[in-house]
Amino acid sequence: MATSLRCFLRSGKKAVLVAGRRGFQRSAPAGVQVTVRDALNQAMDEELERDERVFLMGEEVAQYDGAYKVSRGLWKKYGDKRVIDTPISEMGFAGIAVGSAMAGLRPICEFMTFNFSMQAIDQVINSAAKTYYMSAGLQAVPIVFRGPNGASAGVAAQHSQCFAAWYAHCPGLKVVSPWNSEDAKGLLKSAIRDDNPVVFLENELMYGVPFEMTEESQSKDFTVPIGKAKIERPGNHITLVSHSRFVGHCLDAAAVLAKEGIECEVINLRTIRPMDVESIEASVMKTNHLVTVEGGWPQFGVGAEICARIMEGPAFNYLDSPVTRVTGVDIPMPYAKTLEENSLPQVKDIIFSVKKTLNV
Amino acid sequence: MKTMLAIISKALCRITGKNVAAQSPSEGARVVVARKFADFTPQATFDIKKCDLHRLEAGPPVRAELTREQGLQFYRTMQTVRRMELKADQLYKQKIIRGFCHLYDGQEACAAGIEAAITPSDHLITAYRAHGYTYTRGVSVKQILAELTGRKGGVAKGKGGSMHMYAPHFYGGNGIVGAQVPLGAGIALACQYQGNNQVCVTLYGDGAANQGQIFETFNMAALWKLPCIFICENNQYGMGTSVERAAASTDYYKRGDFIPGLRVDGMDVLCVREAAKFAADHCRAGKGPIVMELQTYRYHGHSMSDPGVSYRTREEIQEVRSKNDPISMLKERMLSSKMASAEEFKEIDTEIRKEVDDAAQFSTSDPEPPLEDLCNHVFCSDPPLDVRGVHPWSRLKSVS
Repeated sequence: MATSLRCFLRSGKKAVLVAGRRGFQRSAPAGVQVTVRDALNQAMDEELERDERVFLMGEEVAQYDGAYKVSRGLWKKYGDKRVIDTPISEMGFAGIAVGSAMAGLRPICEFMTFNFSMQAIDQVINSAAKTYYMSAGLQAVPIVFRGPNGASAGVAAQHSQCFAAWYAHCPGLKVVSPWNSEDAKGLLKSAIRDDNPVVFLENELMYGVPFEMTEESQSKDFTVPIGKAKIERPGNHITLVSHSRFVGHCLDAAAVLAKEGIECEVINLRTIRPMDVESIEASVMKTNHLVTVEGGWPQFGVGAEICARIMEGPAFNYLDSPVTRVTGVDIPMPYAKTLEENSLPQVKDIIFSVKKTLNV
Repeated sequence: MKTMLAIISKALCRITGKNVAAQSPSEGARVVVARKFADFTPQATFDIKKCDLHRLEAGPPVRAELTREQGLQFYRTMQTVRRMELKADQLYKQKIIRGFCHLYDGQEACAAGIEAAITPSDHLITAYRAHGYTYTRGVSVKQILAELTGRKGGVAKGKGGSMHMYAPHFYGGNGIVGAQVPLGAGIALACQYQGNNQVCVTLYGDGAANQGQIFETFNMAALWKLPCIFICENNQYGMGTSVERAAASTDYYKRGDFIPGLRVDGMDVLCVREAAKFAADHCRAGKGPIVMELQTYRYHGHSMSDPGVSYRTREEIQEVRSKNDPISMLKERMLSSKMASAEEFKEIDTEIRKEVDDAAQFSTSDPEPPLEDLCNHVFCSDPPLDVRGVHPWSRLKSVS
């Protein structure tokens, strides 16, 4: 019962408050339903309040309340100085954000989607990521680049690319990819407090999804550490590693597989770079099987990196079969609904891959 | 000796208009020998070229004051940069400096004049022809040359090289053409945000002036009235492409369109100083950004791998050297106004030569950064990080 309820919550359908059912006897501190969007909003609100050097800039972040309403209410509360609408000039405003970070501010630079960050990618890599190294520690760049990443629904090829692999390729950057509300809030707060350039990859389809958040996570000082993965579901038979939206798909697949007696351990990477390989290795050394799941393209992707790292480390000898990568199809994203659905991993694809990997 | 002194004395008297006739050679010699500093003109005013204006009612003054002290300081600064760059040329040809080396000789008046118009708490960012600014912003010749030779005594511990030198309120040294311009506007945004009345001087070349991101930056800087002085150092050539072959409009001071602009004689340090002062005042008054075009010239090619004569003539280079050299122009001005003596300049030259030679000596003898430093400074304020080496067995450590 509890499992299916949890499953209900995670796959994002209308959720039910679990805590109130017990009557007089209260369970552990009552959780609260918070959408990913609101969690991100809370994170920014709290950090803007906490440190006056923090400010947000990007297209439509102020008076429009954010293209996806993530920054709703912030302009009204903090005003023109702290929440800045920019013209459509990614390369220009990303550079301005980086420059302001060099001179002592702590900007949050929003890209309406990470597809548009390609226009500004030189500023992210050459001006932000590499500077602390090139200056041998003289010049830090405490900046967060955030925005939705990867596929949305029906937005077609130019608006659906996943940039996790591209950014995670580069030393000097931290790359974070939250899945649920706790991830979103805790990791964004950590990113803003981090003295380094952080690429914060959100997911548009997750914005509206509510998750239960613990009371602890409601605290203004609640952060989730960057660089540490989380085991969302323990299991003994096979390890599933994923990030962002597909963590939910993995958990759904795990629920179905559990009925057939296959217990999956689901790892939510949370951070792509620096990747918490140790958590994956520890899990693989227990389960002997590994499937990676991501929305990005297969070639040179997150799954490819995990495969390479597993091979180079102690967990290789514990594998009973090669690692399986479940990825987006190696094509530009099509528009038509059926084609689009079949361009990304579905729960059935994960289930299929698990069984193939386990040879059942 | 006495005759020579007499000749000098007579020449100086002629320039300043004193009556020479009465002096006998021996008297003339004694006059020169007995000359003290009090005999030098403490301050003079010079005519400087009028700036071309864009969207400005009035421009910088056409007369500039120069004190003896500031004049000598200008001379020292420019001559140090000149000698440092020529030393870098030497070291590069000896293969002790590797990779990119973009020299600034010829353009010294720009760096020296700008620095005289701003304060150390103002900010400055430029592109890759940065050694001059690195010096004027406070880094020693020693630390600059040692960075060029890739030694641990270099300003960036040898990890940055020619294009990546930094100092307080000096943001490099940037290798990607034009990328420094939005960065500079961002620094100006920080000044405005913090309300500290500081300005940011953001430099770029005539080549970079055609970069799209510069126009994006102009738009935002004007929109938000950022205290940013955009300065185009127009040395006539973007690598091997002359301005006429690269730009539909070579009026770089007008390219800011809605942003007021000035075109300035970049070979005259006083002109640069007055214009930069004017620009800084404009920004500090909250009027928003301003564009300055400094017309200048580089003697060297684009970089050390460019002899610099396939796209321009040796005669052109020679002409600028003989008629428009910024250091010579300043020296002549000061000599003709009796603000300093030739001996003084010679003395300064000797001091500079020693400083540069000592720096070069250090830069060739200081050790390279140790291999342990290889992975450091990837992240700031972080606990030590594991870094993957060349192969899986190479486990390296990175310390912040």
